[in-house]
Amino acid sequence: MNLDRSSVERIAHLARLALAEEDVPRYVRDLSRILDLVERMGAVDTRGVEPMAHPLDIPQRLRPDEVTEEDRREELLGLAPQAEAGHFLVPKVID
Amino acid sequence: MEWEAVIGLEIHVQLATRSKVFSGASTRYGAPPNTQACAIDLGLPGVLPVLNEEAVRMAVKFGLAIEAEIARRSVFARKHYFYPDLPKGYQISQYELPIVRHGHVTLHLEDGTAKRVGITRAHLEEDAGKSVHEGFGGLTGIDLNRAGTPLLEIVSEPDLRTPQEAAAYMRKIHTLVRYLGICDGNLQEGNFRCDANVSVRPVGQEAFGTRTEIKNVNSFRFIEKAIAYEIERQIDILEAGGRVVQETRLYDAAKGETRPMRSKEEAEDYRYFPDPDLLPLVLDEAFIEGVRATLPELPDAKRARFMEQYGLSAYEAGILTGERALADYYEQVVEAAGGEAKLAANWVLSELLGALNKEGLDIERCPLPAGHLGGMLRRIQDGTISGKIAKEVFEAMWRGEGDADAVIEAKGLRQITDPEAIGRIVDQVLAQHPQQLEQYRAGKDKLFGFFVGQVMKATRGRANPQQVNEILRRKLQG
Repeated sequence: MNLDRSSVERIAHLARLALAEEDVPRYVRDLSRILDLVERMGAVDTRGVEPMAHPLDIPQRLRPDEVTEEDRREELLGLAPQAEAGHFLVPKVID
Repeated sequence: MEWEAVIGLEIHVQLATRSKVFSGASTRYGAPPNTQACAIDLGLPGVLPVLNEEAVRMAVKFGLAIEAEIARRSVFARKHYFYPDLPKGYQISQYELPIVRHGHVTLHLEDGTAKRVGITRAHLEEDAGKSVHEGFGGLTGIDLNRAGTPLLEIVSEPDLRTPQEAAAYMRKIHTLVRYLGICDGNLQEGNFRCDANVSVRPVGQEAFGTRTEIKNVNSFRFIEKAIAYEIERQIDILEAGGRVVQETRLYDAAKGETRPMRSKEEAEDYRYFPDPDLLPLVLDEAFIEGVRATLPELPDAKRARFMEQYGLSAYEAGILTGERALADYYEQVVEAAGGEAKLAANWVLSELLGALNKEGLDIERCPLPAGHLGGMLRRIQDGTISGKIAKEVFEAMWRGEGDADAVIEAKGLRQITDPEAIGRIVDQVLAQHPQQLEQYRAGKDKLFGFFVGQVMKATRGRANPQQVNEILRRKLQG
C-alpha cells in the first residue's frame, strides 16, 4: 500500500510531530512498507478468532474505591514550567 | 414540505465514586485547584492506571436498569486529542467493546402516550480537567482536579423526534441515575452533561439528513430550546435550497440560538487503540448478579405501583416518583396519615412542592418531617381541623413550630363541632345583621353565603363548615 506525502504529513500533524522536510520521503517509504506487512497479515483467515486486546491473557484487576492519594500540589506544580495560584499555566487556549 | 427531526442524545454522567476511575485521588467537588490531582491523573511517566471496582459496579447497575446487555468482556481504549486540560494527550475510554450495549427506557409523555427509546451503548471513561481563561493575564490556568473522574457516557439511538421528547428522555435518565445512586445529578456542578445530535428529513424519507451536534447543554429547559432552534435553523437552510454543514455547535442561552464552535483544523480523528496499560475487563455472573441484587425499585415500577396501590393518576404518580426521595417522603406521609393516599398526594403535590419551590429547596432539605404532615392529615380526617385551617397548621409546622397536635393546641385551632356552640354564634350573627336577615327572608337567597362568612369570621375559620351550613339554614328559616 502506497501512502502519499500528504497522508504522512497529516499523520504527523495528528500526533503533533514536526517532521524535517528532507525526512518525509523516508517516512513515506517506511510507513508504506509497514502497511504492506499489515496487508499481508490481512490475508490470514481469522474467522472465529477473538481480536486480542492485550498480549497478557489475564483480566483486569480492580481496585477498591478508596481515596489513597494525598495532596502533593506544590511538588507537582513545581514540575511545570509555569504555575500560579494553584494552577498550571499554559499558552492561552480558547475553544 | 413537512419536516421531521431526528434527535439522539449523548449524556455524560459523573459517577458518584469517592476516588477516581484509575487513581486513588479524591473526586470531591469544589476543592482548591490541583489538590486532588495525583501523578496518575497528571499522566506522569511510569504511572499505571488501576480500575475502580465501584465505577464498574455503577456502570453495570445502569446497564441492568435499562435491560441492556452487560459485556462479559470489555476493553479500554485511548482516544487521542490534544488539549491542555487532558494531560496524557489521550482520554481513556471504551470504543469497540463498551461495558453496556442495547438497552432502552420508556418515556411517559405529556399527551399520555408512552415511547420506547433505545440506548445504543454506555461506556466508562475518564473526565478531563478544567481550563480557566480569566485571571491569568495572557495565559490559561489548568485545574486537573476533575481529570480522571469516572464518567458513564450514555448514547441513545436516534429515536427522538421532538425537542419535548429529548427533554423527557434527559429527565428520564436523570431520574434513573439518581434512583440508582450512581450520580449526584447536580447539573450546575456539571455532574450531568448532555450533547444533542440533530438532523431533519422530509416526512416519509428513510435516510437521515446531515446532522449537527450541540455541545454541553446542561439544563432540561435549554435542551428543549436549543434543539427547537436548531431544527428551525436546518429547515430554513433546506427550504432555501441550501445544505446543512456537519459541525459542532454551541447553544447560547442568553441569545437563545446555536452557533458554530470554532471549526476544527481537521476532521476528528481520535486514532483509537486498545490501552496497553489496562487489561480487558472481565465480569462473571456472580459479579453481575451481585449488582442486580442491589437494584432498588425503579421509577417505572414505582410509578405503576403508586397508581395501583394508592389509586393515583398517571400524572400524580409520575411527579411523585420523579425523585426517589420524594417518593419515599410521600410513602411516609401516607403511612403517618393512616393510609389517606389521595389526601396525602394532594398535600404533597400542592402545598409541599409549592413551599419547597418557593424557598428554592429540594426534597432532601425539606424542613417539614413527613411524619408531621401525615399527622396533620389524620387531624383533618378525624375532624379536629378543617382543610382550610390545615393550611395554617401546615405553615406553622413548616416554620418548625412542632407537629400538628402541638400547633393545633398552641394556636387554639381545634375545630368547633359542638352544635350548641355553633348555634350560639349563629344567633349572634343573625342578631348583628337584622337588615340582611330581613332581605334574606324576603327571598334574597344569595345572602346565605354572607352569613356563612360572618360565622366563619367570628370563629376564625374554626367552625365545622357542614354544621354551620345546616344550623344556619335551620335558623334562617326562623
